[in-house]
Amino acid sequence: MTAGTTAADSAATDRGNVRRRVLDRLFQLVGLIVLAAALLALGTLLYSVLRDGMGRLSWDFLTSYTSRHASEAGILPALAGSVFIVVLTAAMAVPLGVGAAIYLEEYGTQSRMARLIELNIANLAAVPSIIYGLLGLAVFVRALAFGGSILAGAATLALLVLPVVILSTREALRTVPLSLREASYALGATRWQTIRHQVLPVAAPGILTGVILALSRAIGETAPVITIGALTYVPFLPDSVWSPFTVLPIQIFNWVSRPQPEFARNAAAASLVLLALLLSMNAAAIWLRDRYQTRRRS
Amino acid sequence: MRRHERLIEFALFLCGLVSVGTTVGIVVVLTAETAAFFREVPVVEFLTGTQWTPLFANPRFGVWPLVLGTLLVSGIAMAVALPFGLMSAIYLSEYASPPVRRVVKPVLEVLAGVPTVVYGYFALLFVTPILQPVIPSLAGFNALSPGIVMGIMILPLVSSLSEDAMRSVPDGLREGAYALGATRMQTALTVVVPAAFSGITAASILAVSRAIGETMIVAIAAGQQPRATLDPRVPIETMTAYIVQVSLGDTPAGTLEYRTIFAVGSLLFLGTFGLNLASTWIRERFREVYR
Amino acid sequence: MMSRVLSCAGALALAVSCGSPPDTTSIRIDGSSTVYPITEAVAEEFQGAHPGARVTVRVSGTGGGFSRFCRGETDISNASRPIKTSEIEACRSAGITFTELPIAYDGLVVAVHPDNTWVDHLTVEELRRIWAPDAQGRITRWSQVRAGWPDREMHLFGPGVDSGTYDYFTEAIVGREGASRGDFTSSEDDNVLVQGVATDELALGFFGIAYYTQNASRLKAVPIDDGRDDNGAGPIAPGLETTKNGTYQPLSRPLLIYVSHRSAEHPGLQAFIDFLLTRGPSLIQEVGYVPLEDETYRLVKAHFDRRVPGTAFGNGGSQVGVTIDELLARARD
Repeated sequence: MTAGTTAADSAATDRGNVRRRVLDRLFQLVGLIVLAAALLALGTLLYSVLRDGMGRLSWDFLTSYTSRHASEAGILPALAGSVFIVVLTAAMAVPLGVGAAIYLEEYGTQSRMARLIELNIANLAAVPSIIYGLLGLAVFVRALAFGGSILAGAATLALLVLPVVILSTREALRTVPLSLREASYALGATRWQTIRHQVLPVAAPGILTGVILALSRAIGETAPVITIGALTYVPFLPDSVWSPFTVLPIQIFNWVSRPQPEFARNAAAASLVLLALLLSMNAAAIWLRDRYQTRRRS
Repeated sequence: MRRHERLIEFALFLCGLVSVGTTVGIVVVLTAETAAFFREVPVVEFLTGTQWTPLFANPRFGVWPLVLGTLLVSGIAMAVALPFGLMSAIYLSEYASPPVRRVVKPVLEVLAGVPTVVYGYFALLFVTPILQPVIPSLAGFNALSPGIVMGIMILPLVSSLSEDAMRSVPDGLREGAYALGATRMQTALTVVVPAAFSGITAASILAVSRAIGETMIVAIAAGQQPRATLDPRVPIETMTAYIVQVSLGDTPAGTLEYRTIFAVGSLLFLGTFGLNLASTWIRERFREVYR
Repeated sequence: MMSRVLSCAGALALAVSCGSPPDTTSIRIDGSSTVYPITEAVAEEFQGAHPGARVTVRVSGTGGGFSRFCRGETDISNASRPIKTSEIEACRSAGITFTELPIAYDGLVVAVHPDNTWVDHLTVEELRRIWAPDAQGRITRWSQVRAGWPDREMHLFGPGVDSGTYDYFTEAIVGREGASRGDFTSSEDDNVLVQGVATDELALGFFGIAYYTQNASRLKAVPIDDGRDDNGAGPIAPGLETTKNGTYQPLSRPLLIYVSHRSAEHPGLQAFIDFLLTRGPSLIQEVGYVPLEDETYRLVKAHFDRRVPGTAFGNGGSQVGVTIDELLARARD
């Protein structure tokens, strides 16, 4: 090997290195652009809704009934319906979901039944929401004759969010240290006493976080509520579980379907209210989680 | 005291059983109504027919146009979500500084939680009007803009799950590549992505399943005309949009009209269920490799 | 201690028991989306005048509305065509009797996109060729409708099969109720059709005139030539005047509501009907339909007060070219 070829080699390697480094930079830049584009697309979504809807937001919009005049229409029945249905959904899904999670995490961890339930929950979580709508239509609306009532809607949504509640509750239960349980048993407490007085209080913030996230999914769902037959025109507030109802997503869907631009603006404004609800629920969940983590660390 | 404990355990077990009951309920309801449907309509016609006009004077029950419409929109969505989602994931996992990651990830996740009816609004009233001057023959209802918007909606799912998969690749592998003189790009493309491949695949399959089951974006912006076409500019109808369309009218139990939505629902359920199983299976295998 | 378990069981119990829904004094309306703007407006004003009332309106289409009406699930059914024999039968077997009330005229509008330069009018024969069952998959381009029109795709929008507008249109144009091609964008919600036509240069659709007048700047109405000179020669444009004077044929028709006799015993429902027939005319004009003559509303009111049962449309189903005075006269005989 002569000195000349070595120099040429190293020059080639240098050039190769430069090229590789430039390529690397380029790749990084493309990555950054793509990520920025993704965030920009989502930002555009928010921008378009803000631009179209901001002008319509007012106290009157929140407290008025729906109207054929776009400028007088409000979302009160839909807002009340959404709140009512979420509370009712929580009343059904939370006890069932937390109960199921306690069973899976604290009791039946080894049994084959528990393994089956576990597999089943993982799969349920990915079933399209409209399939739950068909289930609700056949079982709650028809077979149990609930009709298109708020109860049928809440029952359907409860089944829809149940897997989410169960999964997040299990996560929360898992973070409770084993030593806590053992200490409780050592003092002679039964299993349920241990769960009730030691495990649940510690896991409660985590469970609550998961529940809030699950309910924020319920409040934004449209398809299953359409399938069970929510109403087009509801000029009153729901007053019982048998009440006919409408919810925010349905109201948005109705307004989007109308060809007049004034109704599109109403749809955008209602979307803003829905997004604000969701964001505050998410913020509450994140706040709870952070508080919980800090407390556990200290 | 002991009986008491037993009782509680049993009650909790019942709570767990509700979720199994849900699955059983879905399967029973879909199977029963679909079986009734197939007593009136031959299975072969349903699966191979190219015309879907079940409600009209000359009813045709070929589900193919709905399937094709679903695949068309989902295909467009994946063409957006996969490259953008994966590239974002690579950037977040291999390049971004921890503070950037800490901000961007939750932001993406929150935006993934935006209700789909709002995405539908976006597709119909923002994206379509913007695209129409560029593509003159684009109809007001079309497959293109709901497809793009659905891609944007699914992007956070792809990027978040893929990033998780890439982050779980042991740093030792990266360090080995760096020691051999590889750049970060070479490391990402030749070491990290192949090592995380099953996780990325699982995420992508899950994303396809989400796209197929997505309802409101297409119900609002894609139209309601079952049409066996791959032209993204004209109105089409997906399986989910068909279910919504029929549900908006009256759906008396026991009629053929009522049963069509369950037959279509069964197909949708089988499709998404199969994809979900595949995704879980691939992810489980992946976990074993690195334990 | 047991509270969690109890509430768990409680949720289960809540989900499966509690009996049937309680009886309420609400007014439940369902049916045609063509009639919807009228009942929506009346319900809104009625609600303002009677704060305690609970009026709900759904849009299931005329057919969908009747099937719920005849199951006793609604009090009033909106209809853009007369009740059919099969539906009368369904009502009878469920023990539901009713009175039929004409409330307005509609002129079905055939519309295209404003940028559509080639369509100046359509004949009934051309419409038939477009919408007939055998057009399915065959008549798909504008050039197939009339020579000289562009060789471009035609995108059709029409009401769904649960819609009375669909039934009436097929009867008037194709000649047989419920017979049409199936490969078009169909929706029970006329808003979706307007949206589709207003945003698609290649579109052709039809819907109630109110939906046209509310969106007139974004649509182009197509004059229709029925080939008869005795009711106005040549193509006639749809409009309130041509609908009222009977020259816009064959697409002018009465809009109806059906009131269940059992529900009509409620004073609240009687008040609603009174309100509809007195305040209705101005509201009907406002939403874009053609009100009946004042004298006719008095006849309709008398009709309701006597609870005249059944339909004046004989065999039931869509009939073309019937005036409301004829109908009321028939019912009196």
